[in-house]
Amino acid sequence: MEKYRIDKNKPMEFGLYTLGDHLPDPVNGGRISAEQRIHEIIELAQLAEQAGIDFFSVGESHQDFFATQAHSVVLSAIAQATEKIKISSSSTIVSTLDPVRVYEDFATIDLISKGRAEIIAGRASRVGLYDLLGYDLNDYEALYEEKFDLLLKINEQEEINWEGEFRAPLKNARVLPRPQNGSMPIWRAVGGTPTSAIKAGYAGVPMFLAHLGGPVSVFKRSIDAYREAARMNGHDPDELPVSTAGFLYVAETTQQAQREYYPHINEGMKLTNGRGFPKQNFAQGADVRDVMNIGSPELIVEKLLYQYEQYGHQRFIGQMDFGGVPFDQLKKNIDLIGTKILPEIKKHTAK
Amino acid sequence: MKVVGLSGSNVGSKTRTAMNYVMKAISEKYPEVDTTFIDLADYDVQFSDGRNYLEYEGDTGYVAKTIMEADAIIMGTPIFQASIPATLKNIFDLLPVDGLQDKVVSMLVTAGSSKHYLIAEQQLKPILAYMKAQIVQTYVFIEEKDFLQKEIINDDVLFRIDRLVEDTAILTETYMKVREAKEAEYGF
Repeated sequence: MEKYRIDKNKPMEFGLYTLGDHLPDPVNGGRISAEQRIHEIIELAQLAEQAGIDFFSVGESHQDFFATQAHSVVLSAIAQATEKIKISSSSTIVSTLDPVRVYEDFATIDLISKGRAEIIAGRASRVGLYDLLGYDLNDYEALYEEKFDLLLKINEQEEINWEGEFRAPLKNARVLPRPQNGSMPIWRAVGGTPTSAIKAGYAGVPMFLAHLGGPVSVFKRSIDAYREAARMNGHDPDELPVSTAGFLYVAETTQQAQREYYPHINEGMKLTNGRGFPKQNFAQGADVRDVMNIGSPELIVEKLLYQYEQYGHQRFIGQMDFGGVPFDQLKKNIDLIGTKILPEIKKHTAK
Repeated sequence: MKVVGLSGSNVGSKTRTAMNYVMKAISEKYPEVDTTFIDLADYDVQFSDGRNYLEYEGDTGYVAKTIMEADAIIMGTPIFQASIPATLKNIFDLLPVDGLQDKVVSMLVTAGSSKHYLIAEQQLKPILAYMKAQIVQTYVFIEEKDFLQKEIINDDVLFRIDRLVEDTAILTETYMKVREAKEAEYGF
């Protein structure tokens, strides 16, 4: 685990992530500027750090209603603005980037942040960026596998010899600068299904599992399958960290949290995915057995501890800023997380 | 209320003919309803490649988005080789999982043989149910002999079309009210 900067003796890590969406606030109909949104994301990372949150990450999404396409640039500003919080992408779409440049960027962010940077590499759930960046969608799978593999190799070897289909060969190439400790944590982003979790297990790389809604028991299958696949391929699952990522929103009462966050999720999903979030499913999300971490501080603590007991994972990261949530509300969330949620989680997951 | 009429084949005239009657009936009986008619023969729709439906362009994007914006869809389909045509199946493939949730879907089937009567029951309804549509259980089944020179010549068929339109409108209205009442209970 040390390789991934996870200390087994410490409590479960708690983080925040943003996709960098730039959606109108459905409650007042207004939309802040991209400039303001980016500054608020940077400030959010600072506030998260002050509240004792362990991790903050920013995603790239190349479509309308997003502002952090250049997520590594935003992360470098966050690296400068913070001191101890871990920072990462969530995700870097390695399929449509050059892994050499990705590594150069993130190794630099690691140096700026003095050893706090990580990469979560994904493959995008949307395909517009293939046209935008000049890739063929038919290579979706092959692009990801080849480039993710190269990214891992660069992380392991300072001097590299490599040949592949989607990039010019590398001959005795040195990819510089190196991260503070020579290498950095690189995670594989996985959607909900066991099939894709198994691939991460076979590769023996840390897994980031996205789960927006549904029973904990279903996602537990993916985590179990991941560890089993790792074991079968000669990796030690005890050395492979698992993180989950999903919605997070806290208010004084569960009903208030639902009332405040639902319109943002529903309208935001409509604009970015073409379908809203069914109210019935959202209502069920308040059940302790559902992964959706939306509710009162007490409920969220109970949910997170239940998830921890079921998954035995090392980190949870929550998305609380989706769909134009006003900054004041985000600040209130961070305050509640820092004062009511974190102390309980840390207490009950400490070794 | 937004109702989309969809004629599911790119060839032939019977389904289109019957759907013209459907669209006429709906606009006469429910002038306040916002209707759109899509005959797949008029559009150049590409095969689904699994992308999010918002990311298709041109005709494909138009057809997928129009269907996703509907509260109710009246689907007309012929039967080819004992099944629905590939053009109609492709429409389902373009849409997301659960893509018909909260939509009412009703069916009109044209066929060359009465032997095809149960095909909508056994092949079309399971797709609609999987995609979480609210299905109008009774469908209109029209045979070759009911048509002459692109007109329907069997009054019974015309009555059944009127009932299909009425059932679709009433179920959509009712379902919207049910959903509103249910959602109001959640309190958020």
